[in-house]
Amino acid sequence: MTDVIHNLTIAIVFAPLLGCLLTGLWCRIMPTRMAHAITIGLMSLSFLLSVYVAKLVLFDGGASNSNLYTWLISGSFQFHVGFLVDQLTALMMVTVNFVSLAVHIYSVGYMEEDKGQVRFFSYISGFTFAMLMLVTANNFFQLFFGWEGVGLVSYLLIGFWFNRPAANFGGLKAFLVNRVGDFGFILAIAAVLNYFGTLDYVPVFSQMPQFAASNPTMSIVSGTSSSVVSVISILLLIGAMGKSAQVPLHVWLPESMEGPTPISALIHAATMVTAGIFMICRMSPIFEYSATALSLVLVIGATGALFTGFLAVVQHDIKRVVAYSTLSQLGYMMAALGASAYAAGMFHLITHAAFKALLFLAAGSVIVAMHHEQDMRQMGGLRKYMPITYLTFFIGALSLAAIPPFSGFFSKDGIIEAIHAATIPGAGYAYICVLIGSFVTALYIFRALFLTFHGEERMDQHVREHLHETKAVITGPLLALAVPSIILGGLMIRAMLYPTDFSLLGHSITVLPQHDVLRITAEEFHGVWQMVLHSVTTLPFWFALSGIAVAWICYGRFTTLPVWMARRFSWIYRVLVMKYGFDDFNQLVFVRGGRRLARWMYEVTDRELIDDTLVNGSGRAIEWLSLTLRRLQTGYLYHYAFAMILGLVVFLIWVIF
Amino acid sequence: MPVPVSDLMLAAPQWFVLIMTCVTLLVSLWSGKKASPWTYGLSQVTLLGAVVITALMYDQPRTVAFYGNMIFDKISALLTIFVCVITAFVLLYSRDYLKQHKMAYTEYHVLTLFSALGMMVLVSSYSFISLYVGLELFTLPLYALIALRRDAAVFAEASMKYFVMGAMASGMLLYGLSMLYGATGTVDIPSIASAIVGLPQGQHLIIVFGLVFVLAGIAFKLGAVPFHMWVPDVYDGSPNTVTLMIATGPKIAAFGLVVRLLAEALPDVHVAWQHGLILIAVLSIVLGNIVAIVQTNIKRMLAYSSIAHMGYMLLGIIAGTASGYSASMFYTLIYAIMSLAAFGLVSMLSRDGVDIQRIEDLRGLNARNPWLAFMMLLVMFSMAGVPPLAGFMAKIAVLEAVISVGQVWLAVVALLFAIVGAYYYLRVVKVMYFDEPIKKTDIELPSMDMRVAMTINGLSVLILGMFPAVLMGLCRAAF
Repeated sequence: MTDVIHNLTIAIVFAPLLGCLLTGLWCRIMPTRMAHAITIGLMSLSFLLSVYVAKLVLFDGGASNSNLYTWLISGSFQFHVGFLVDQLTALMMVTVNFVSLAVHIYSVGYMEEDKGQVRFFSYISGFTFAMLMLVTANNFFQLFFGWEGVGLVSYLLIGFWFNRPAANFGGLKAFLVNRVGDFGFILAIAAVLNYFGTLDYVPVFSQMPQFAASNPTMSIVSGTSSSVVSVISILLLIGAMGKSAQVPLHVWLPESMEGPTPISALIHAATMVTAGIFMICRMSPIFEYSATALSLVLVIGATGALFTGFLAVVQHDIKRVVAYSTLSQLGYMMAALGASAYAAGMFHLITHAAFKALLFLAAGSVIVAMHHEQDMRQMGGLRKYMPITYLTFFIGALSLAAIPPFSGFFSKDGIIEAIHAATIPGAGYAYICVLIGSFVTALYIFRALFLTFHGEERMDQHVREHLHETKAVITGPLLALAVPSIILGGLMIRAMLYPTDFSLLGHSITVLPQHDVLRITAEEFHGVWQMVLHSVTTLPFWFALSGIAVAWICYGRFTTLPVWMARRFSWIYRVLVMKYGFDDFNQLVFVRGGRRLARWMYEVTDRELIDDTLVNGSGRAIEWLSLTLRRLQTGYLYHYAFAMILGLVVFLIWVIF
Repeated sequence: MPVPVSDLMLAAPQWFVLIMTCVTLLVSLWSGKKASPWTYGLSQVTLLGAVVITALMYDQPRTVAFYGNMIFDKISALLTIFVCVITAFVLLYSRDYLKQHKMAYTEYHVLTLFSALGMMVLVSSYSFISLYVGLELFTLPLYALIALRRDAAVFAEASMKYFVMGAMASGMLLYGLSMLYGATGTVDIPSIASAIVGLPQGQHLIIVFGLVFVLAGIAFKLGAVPFHMWVPDVYDGSPNTVTLMIATGPKIAAFGLVVRLLAEALPDVHVAWQHGLILIAVLSIVLGNIVAIVQTNIKRMLAYSSIAHMGYMLLGIIAGTASGYSASMFYTLIYAIMSLAAFGLVSMLSRDGVDIQRIEDLRGLNARNPWLAFMMLLVMFSMAGVPPLAGFMAKIAVLEAVISVGQVWLAVVALLFAIVGAYYYLRVVKVMYFDEPIKKTDIELPSMDMRVAMTINGLSVLILGMFPAVLMGLCRAAF
C-alpha cells in the first residue's frame, strides 16, 4: 500500500503542474474552452486521487515516506524530492484540491469576459502544484520550494490585471512582505541543517527529544545565549507569520484583494494563507520543546484574532470585510497552535477553508451581479434579486460567526475551550482576546450581510435593471461549498479533536503530555448534540449572538446609529480606518526610508563611487593610455627602426640578466 | 649528392605548388587577357591539389629528408593544409576586388602562390638554411604584393616600410642563427638541440645572446611588441586583399617558425626564451588591446587586435609543454580563420570603388545585409572570446596551458585585457546593429561562390567553438 500511496501522490502533485505547463506554454494560441478542459480535467483527477489517498491513509492506516529522486548532493548534504504522506498531509491534500477544484470551476464563470483567462488558469493550476509540493514535502528543502512557489504564483495572481496600478502595488506588497517572513524561514532551515546535518523531517524529528534534552544554546548577539530550539521555532514562526498573515506581517493580505475574486478565495482564504498553520503543525515536534515560542505563537495569534476583527467593522468594500475576517480567523488558528491544540487549529483550518471560500465566492457572485462594484454602500436589498447567493452567504456568515450547529461553531468553540484550558504564559490574555473576538466576528460579518442583502436599494438605476442571479457555473460551487460549511464540523469534531477509537490526525502531530490541553477539554465533550445544546450556557455563544444583534440594530434597523457613533467616537473610528497605522508606518519607515537609502546608495556609492570612479574611471584611464600609446606610432620609418634596436637592447638586458 | 626518390615524394606538395604556379604564370601570359579565368582556376587547382596531396600523406610516419633539411611530420602536414586552404579562401575573396580596382590580376595570383609555397617550405624545414629560405620566399612576394596597386603613394610607402623593417628583422634573425651555429657548429635543428645539452656552462651565454636575436626576428614575423611597428601601418597601407593575405597565412607560417626554432632547436634553454616570451606576450596583449580602442580605422583596429592575439598565442608556447604547444597551434589556426573572415568581409564589402576603411563605414550593416552582418558578429564575438565561439575555446586552451605551469598571474593579465579588448569588438557589433546606415540601399551581393565561402567561414567559427574536439585532437596529435 505504501507504494500505491507514493505513486498516487506523484500523480496528484504533478497533474496540476502538467495542466499549468500545457496551458501556460501555449497560452497565446490555446482556445479558452480547451484550457478549461485541460486544467479542470487534471484538477478533477488530482482531487479524486487525493480523496482515494485520504481514504487509504485515514481509514486503512496507510502511510508513505519515500524519495522520488535526489536533486543535489553537496558535500555530505543531500537534497531530495520526496513525499511524506500521513494523516496531516492527506487532510491538507483533500482540502487544497477541493477548494482548488471549486475555484477552477467557478473561475470559468467569473473570468468569462477576460482575455487573459488561459494564463489565469495556468496560474491557478501552478499554484495548486506548488501548494501540493508544500504539503507533501518530506524535507525542509522541498517545503521551502513549495513555500516560495505559492508566494511567486500569488504575486502573479494578485497582479493578474497588470494594467491596474493598485493590483501591481498589491502584488508587490504581498511579495515583499512575504520576503520578510521567508527570510526568517530560510534562516530556520539553515539552522536545522547546521544542527542536525540533514533536512529530512523524520531524522530531524526523531533526534529532537534528545537534542532538546541536552538544552543546546547559541549566541546570536555576543555575550548572550539563547536556546537553539527556541531560535529555530521563532524563525519558523516568522516564516509562518509572513505566509499566514499574522500581525505585524498581515498588511499584505487586504491589498491582495486587488486580484480576481476566485484568487482571493483560493489563495487568501483556503490554501496559501494556511500554509503557515500547516507548517507549524508539521513542525509540532520542534515547537513543543520551546515554551517561549509557543507563548509567542499564542499571543501573536490572539492579538491578530481580535484586533484585525475590529478593522473589518469599518470596511466598506465587501471583499475587504471578508479579507479582514480571514486575518482574524487565521489569528484563531495560530492561537490554537500556541496552546498546543494543533488539532483544533487544523480543524478550524479545514472548516474555515470551506466557509471562507463560500463567503468569498458569494461576495464574488455579488460583485459579478453588480458589474464589478465592490462598495457595500452602493448595494442593499440584493436578497430578492439573488436568492441563492443570499442563502449561501447567510450560511457562510452563520458558520463564521460560530452559531451552532454550523461547522464554524465546532472548530471555533474547540479553540476557545482549548485556550481556556491552557496554562502557558499569555493564555489568560489570549482567552479574553478570542472571546471578544467572537463578538466582533459576528458583528462584522452580519454587518456585511445586512448592508448587502437587506435594507434600501442604494445602487443606481442602470445596475438595478440588470440585477439577477448569477449563472449556474458560479452558484454551483456556492451550493457545493455550503454543504461542508453546514455539516463538516459536526461530522469531524470527534475524530479531529477528541479521538477515542478513531483519529483523523493519528500520530502525525506531536504534543507533549504537559501541554495536552485537548485531553482536558475532551472530558467536557459528550457528543455532538450535547455540545450544541450545551452551547447556550457558554460565553462564546452569547458573545456571538450579541454580535449579530448589534449588527442588526446598527445596520438593519437604525441605520443612522453607525454614522452617529463614528462621529461620537471619531478617534476610535479614525484609528480603525487607519488600520492602527501599520500601513502608514510601513510606508513611512520602510518604503520611504528604503527608497531614500536606495537613492543614497544609487547616487553616492553606485553612481559616483562605482560607476564614475571605478568603471568610468578605469575606462577613462585606458582611453588616456590608448591615446598616449598611439602617439608611438609616428609613421616615420627611422622611429620604427630605432624602436626595434631599442627593443632588442632591452631584450638582451632582460633575458641575459 | 644524389637525392633519393622517396625524399622527392615527401616534398610532393611543395613540388606540386611550384610546378603549378609556373604553369599558371605561363597560361596567364598566353591567354593574353588582363583577368583570365584560367589564372584564377589554375591557382585554386594548385592549392586544392596541395591540400589533397598533403591530406593523403597525413598518416605517414615522421620522416626527415633531403639530408636533414626537411621534415615531414604532423605539424608540417597540418600547417600546410591550413596554409593552402586559407590561401584558397584569400584568392576567392580577392577576385572581385582585384577586378574592380584594376589590380594586376596574374601577378597577384602568382605572387600569392609563391608566398604560400614559402610558407609550406618554412613549416616543413628542419635546418636553419631551409628555414631561412622558406622565410624569405614567403615574405618577398608580400613586399611586391603591397606595392601592386600603383595608383596611390600609400601602398608604396607601406611596402617600403615593410621591406626595410623586414630586412632589419631578417638581419637580426640571421645574426642570431649564426651565433647558434657558431656555438654548436651545426645548422640542423636536432643536432643543435643535442649539441646544447653537451655544451659547457660558459658557452651558454653565447647561445642566449643568439637566442635574443632569434626572438626579435620571431617577434617581428608574428607582429608582436616591441617589433610590431610595421603591423598597423602595413595593414592599413595595403590594398584590402593584400591585407587579407598578410593577416592570415603568414601567422600560421610564423607559428611554424616558433615551433621549429624554439620548441625543437632550443628546448634546453627553455627558461631563457620563456623569460623573453613572457615580456613579448604581456606587452603585446596590453598594448594591442589598449591601442585598438581608439582606432577609427577598421584595418588598423584589426591590426592592433592581431598584435594582441599573437600575445595570447604565445602564452601556450610560454608554457613549454606539449599541451601548451597544441593549444597555441589551435589558437593560431582559429585566429587565422577569424582573421580570414574579418578581412574577407572588409574586402568583400569594398565594392564599386568604395574602400571600407573606417569602422563607421559598417554603420547599419544589419539593415542593409543581415546575413553578412551576422557573420561579422560571429567573428567579432569570437575574437572577443565569447562562448560558445571558437575564439573562446582557443583562449581557454592557452590560459589552461599557462595555469598548468603555475603562471597564474599571466592568465590574470591576459583575461583582464581580454575584457578591455571586448570593448572594441563589441563596438563594431554596435555600429552594425544599432546605428543608422548612411546609405539605405541594399548591398550589391557578391557572386554565389563568395557568399557560400563567407558563410562556411563565418559558421566554422561557431561550429569549431561548439565542437572543438576534432581540430583540438589534430593539434594534440601533432605534438
